[in-house]
Amino acid sequence: MARILPQTKSAAVNPLKTSQPLGAAFAFLGVDGAMPLFHGSQGCTSFALVLFVRHFKEAIPLQTTAMDELSTILGGADNLEEAILNLKTRTKPKLIGVCTTALVETRGEDSAGDIADIKLKRVEEIAGTEIVLANTPDFDGAIEEGWAKAVTAMIEGITRPGEQVRQSKKIAILPGWNLTVADIEHLREMVESFGLKPVILPDVSGSLDGTVPDRWVTTTYGGTSVEDIRELGTAEHCIAIGEHMRRPAEVLQKVTGVPYVLFQSLTGLKDADSFVSLLSAISGASVPAGVRRRRAQLQDALLDGHFHFGGKKIAIAAEPDQLYQLATFFTGMGSEIAAAVATTDMSKILEKVPAESVQIGDLGDLETLAASADLLVTHSHGRQAAQRLGIPLMRVGFPIFDRLGSQHKLTILYQGTRDLVFEVANIFQAYRQAPTPEELDPLRKRETPDGPRSSPLTRH
Amino acid sequence: MSSPSAKIQDVFNEPACDKNRGKDAKARKEGCSKPLTPGAAAGGCAFDGAKIVLQPITDVAHLVHAPLACEGNSWDNRGAASSRATLWRTSFTTDLTELDVVMGQGERKLFKAIREIKETYAPPAVFVYSTCVTALIGDDIEAVCKRAEEKFGLAVVPINAPGLVGSKNLGNKLAGEALLDHVIGTVDPDDAGPYDINILGEFNLSGEFWLVKPLLDRLGIRVRACIPGDARYLDVASAHRARAAMMVCSTALINLARKMEERWDIPFFEGSFYGITDTSEALRNIAELLVRKGADPEILDRTETLIVEEEAIAWNKLQVYRRRLQGKRVLLNTGGVKSWSVVHALMEIGMEIVGTSVKKSTVEDKERIKQILKDDNHMFEQMAARDLYAMLSEHKADIMLSGGRTQFIALKAKTPWLDINQERQHPYAGYDGMVELVRQIDLALHNPIWRQVREPAPWDCQPAVKDEPPSTTSETATVHTLKKFAGKTADDFGEC
Repeated sequence: MARILPQTKSAAVNPLKTSQPLGAAFAFLGVDGAMPLFHGSQGCTSFALVLFVRHFKEAIPLQTTAMDELSTILGGADNLEEAILNLKTRTKPKLIGVCTTALVETRGEDSAGDIADIKLKRVEEIAGTEIVLANTPDFDGAIEEGWAKAVTAMIEGITRPGEQVRQSKKIAILPGWNLTVADIEHLREMVESFGLKPVILPDVSGSLDGTVPDRWVTTTYGGTSVEDIRELGTAEHCIAIGEHMRRPAEVLQKVTGVPYVLFQSLTGLKDADSFVSLLSAISGASVPAGVRRRRAQLQDALLDGHFHFGGKKIAIAAEPDQLYQLATFFTGMGSEIAAAVATTDMSKILEKVPAESVQIGDLGDLETLAASADLLVTHSHGRQAAQRLGIPLMRVGFPIFDRLGSQHKLTILYQGTRDLVFEVANIFQAYRQAPTPEELDPLRKRETPDGPRSSPLTRH
Repeated sequence: MSSPSAKIQDVFNEPACDKNRGKDAKARKEGCSKPLTPGAAAGGCAFDGAKIVLQPITDVAHLVHAPLACEGNSWDNRGAASSRATLWRTSFTTDLTELDVVMGQGERKLFKAIREIKETYAPPAVFVYSTCVTALIGDDIEAVCKRAEEKFGLAVVPINAPGLVGSKNLGNKLAGEALLDHVIGTVDPDDAGPYDINILGEFNLSGEFWLVKPLLDRLGIRVRACIPGDARYLDVASAHRARAAMMVCSTALINLARKMEERWDIPFFEGSFYGITDTSEALRNIAELLVRKGADPEILDRTETLIVEEEAIAWNKLQVYRRRLQGKRVLLNTGGVKSWSVVHALMEIGMEIVGTSVKKSTVEDKERIKQILKDDNHMFEQMAARDLYAMLSEHKADIMLSGGRTQFIALKAKTPWLDINQERQHPYAGYDGMVELVRQIDLALHNPIWRQVREPAPWDCQPAVKDEPPSTTSETATVHTLKKFAGKTADDFGEC
């Protein structure tokens, strides 16, 4: 069991975290016709928007209630109302996802009460648009928490409550934020190959997959339909992916009685096997030939790839579930987790991370802990640390702004695990240094014992 | 709340700003930013603006006193370049937690954060940025900075521009005020000379100031401080010893330029390094101001000689592009046209300006635009995304030059696009920069992808396949169908 080390520094150095409201907006972006709205000052939205755009290379719908000094003193209810009405008129969204920020939460705004009032007062104006609220102050949590809160809010606010007639082939899937567009597409095909009908919430594969529509759309286009969210209660089963999706799955069960199964990760042969077995059990269908073929390909990839992983020291910094997903992948290939850094200490999954300890912290911590690692694994902001340490960087998670196509990278099930094996093995092969006589000299080695590399802090 | 409101009123009353002078006292008090419409607003906050102006100072530790989002969602996102220190790219924030906010531990955490930075990085200065939440909970960052400065013996500068006080532009100006109050004039250099100048509002994006600096070096002109691009703390602290200044981005730092003139008698002019004639004009103005301040007048002749040489080389290089770009239609969609000489140079090689936004333009600018555009209808305040998309998808322009905000409107309308704002990848300043801009326009316009992406899928435009379903197709028919495709290149398909 990993020890969880709390953050003790006062100055965070090179943040690992991305803010909680951004995580909530991310989830709302997986719904068709959606418009996420930050309840805060214009900068909160502007920063998040720029970050989304840098990652996805897409126009991203995201608006602000534009709180200023006056509304901060008098209260933000009017700004919230005006923003909702303006969005309704200008963009006609099917869903407005309100995400609060640190500013309104510090002020102690009763945003839920305000939204209830607005819904009462403006029944006609906002008819046909769902408005849901995620309380997501920036001083708490990170992407995971924001994403999970938004999904929970959508189930609580939109899904029709009560036990309903179940459709035996319908499966509700609640994926964690760390599944890419390609992952969701692949997941859907896998589930469908068993004759099942998946309803995925949120479904970023429909909205953030980078297509060229034939008209200009100001909301999201594609993603889970509001109607499908409303009908989630008719699913036979629910499958949640990632520990942070436990709460939304529990809420769905409480509201509609749909039972859930939770997979903490779908990466690696074993987890893929359990997922496929579950689909086979639910559907009563045998595993299709194509899936068996992919399993065999993964077996072969493990055989070919393991030479590159054995004994390697890996330093990972990520949100808790992604940290677990990747750490178990690497240890499953024979590598060792030399450093594990997570964004927040709220997740139970951290204890299960196969590392001696998990530091709650930032990329400054990663840089200190990773000095003797062979590979850094984190988002694009890790590029400076990688450069200073002279260690290759594998980019995962969010944001990835200095590489194209991260949303189309597959990371789950047989095929995604196979791709990860190849990606890592290729990084190691690309970085392989030719041996030198000095390095191999047995006598020289004895004189200067292998100490840790010099502290990154002295390298500026 | 330690309110920066007095400062805000001060920067709203800017005598050197023509637009500001045109307003009555009441309108002036309301400032330059229009009130935002909730649900239909765009753009950054005052904190964003302050950070943009100060963060390129390379050897300073920039510490953001805030919950995560202010810094965590925005660091390492601009392309200023540094020739020496890299500390500015390291991000520091107090990352306030709920507990910090509830327990009122903000000031304590800030003080400890400054100590940690001092002990680990030993920078010449720490800049501390206040934000919405720390202003709201009443953290007195000025007091903490003062105490930390005494205790740790390094400059600790409070930057009081929380996001909720206003726009990015206001933040730019508050940053200038912070430099005036706490930094400029605090160090006296021992090497001040008659050819020292300051460049204000130059960010050295993609290193583009390095396309200009060698020209100044050649003339024997020393850049005492370029604020903020590639600046060091000491450069800025001793900037008051320069003889003259050039203000590059007027909306950002006009208050700084004017107050430096008032306090230290440093005359300034507003100029631009974008475009050939503007670059020449800027060099000429710098030389003239220096002479006015006592430099040897022979520099004027040397400057003219350099201008003649460099202009000839640049125009020569641009001629190559005339054949390729003549008659191409450009849509300029930036806040205001940054430099008329860019427009001039594009027209000089035969390009046509088919539209421009005039959101931030002055009356004078608008007159010039009218003369340039064949049709005034193409002058617009701000075009809605939908209308811009419609215009581009109807191919009413061959290329759009704009900032990242409208990038995807152009791309989704399958129209060539070039970034001319702060996120751009290429240096465009000076003579060589203008040539580079034209080269990039050429590359964007003539990329072979445009033909590919604009063509519909072959099955969407060819007459519906008349062949019978495969089950009943005779073998000879299949062979016939395949033969139809044989020997064709990919180009032969999809011609509708």
